[in-house]
Amino acid sequence: MIDPSVNEALDQALEVARSPLALLAVTLGGYQLGRWLQQRSGGHALVQPVLVTVVVVGLAITVLDVDYADYRSATELIAFWLGPATVALAIPLHRQADRLRGFVVPMLVAIVVGAVVSIVSAVLLARALGAGDDLERTLATKAATTPVAIAVTDALGGIPPLAAVFAIIIGIFSAIVGPATLNLLRIRDRRARGLAIGAVSHGIGASRMLREDETEGAFAGLAMGLSALAISLLVPVLAVCLF
Amino acid sequence: MIAGLTWLVAFQLAGELVTRVADLPVPGPVVGMLLLFCFLRLRRYDDAGSIVRAGTALLRHLQLFFVPAGVGVVLYLGLIGREALPIGVAMLGSWFLGLAAVGWTAVALERLLGRPRDDLGTA
Repeated sequence: MIDPSVNEALDQALEVARSPLALLAVTLGGYQLGRWLQQRSGGHALVQPVLVTVVVVGLAITVLDVDYADYRSATELIAFWLGPATVALAIPLHRQADRLRGFVVPMLVAIVVGAVVSIVSAVLLARALGAGDDLERTLATKAATTPVAIAVTDALGGIPPLAAVFAIIIGIFSAIVGPATLNLLRIRDRRARGLAIGAVSHGIGASRMLREDETEGAFAGLAMGLSALAISLLVPVLAVCLF
Repeated sequence: MIAGLTWLVAFQLAGELVTRVADLPVPGPVVGMLLLFCFLRLRRYDDAGSIVRAGTALLRHLQLFFVPAGVGVVLYLGLIGREALPIGVAMLGSWFLGLAAVGWTAVALERLLGRPRDDLGTA
């Protein structure tokens, strides 16, 4: 038989553990753990802080039985900074602006080709393997940065929050295996490498590239912006042929 | 630090304003990024300035800011598990094809137009 006062203390503790402050603390703590692991592993590609944090927080809110909606509003403070950080991607680009010379035409053509390939192949592969219509519409935008993925998927009739999740999953995946895959494809030009990663995996891919090389990071950030534009303009056009 | 963050928020705001008024299909921060790029170019902004310091500090933790949206995966674990094959193949396949398409197109056009390359390990 447990003393009722112990029970009450436990309830109080649980309430604190589910408070917005605690959820923020878990998120920041998980991120610090991710950074620590990244350092300890000597910067191993598999240890991306965002992946570690999502796993830690996912487990924590499942164990504590916190609704995702509550978690989301508790961490609005963190999500807010995605906007200014996206704006800040202009900085590496500014520092690398000389390298734009002679690359503008290849860059613009490559972005448009990449957006078409990415959208069409996602829809057709999903269809070939028997995904439902709403899933096809949700997968179409996964290469775009999350706000674009959400908005375009909404207009297309998919599942917007799932589109954000897909965009983040592919971003993490790309941050892990992207540079190695570029090596396999024998793409060695730093601008083209950054461009390719930013075009298929937006800010998360860009953050990995920024860690490795400022030129790659700068072009990944630029590719993220240009692809956002290309995908939002091309999806409605391609949808006419695809659906 | 706060001066730099104020500038970044101001450029985001300007971006939101432009997308809303001109009814562009891109998010405000992306337009804000292009506006800030033009500003930094025109001003020949140097590395010691507050925008660069604040922005570099934010970019170092870019991954953190994706966490709140990424945790949304807990809502869809069931669906993703049920449809694992089409989701997995479509995501990986189109990721790979997109990556190769962008990289190869850019490199091939550089070569075709006779532009200098910028290879890893050479500069």
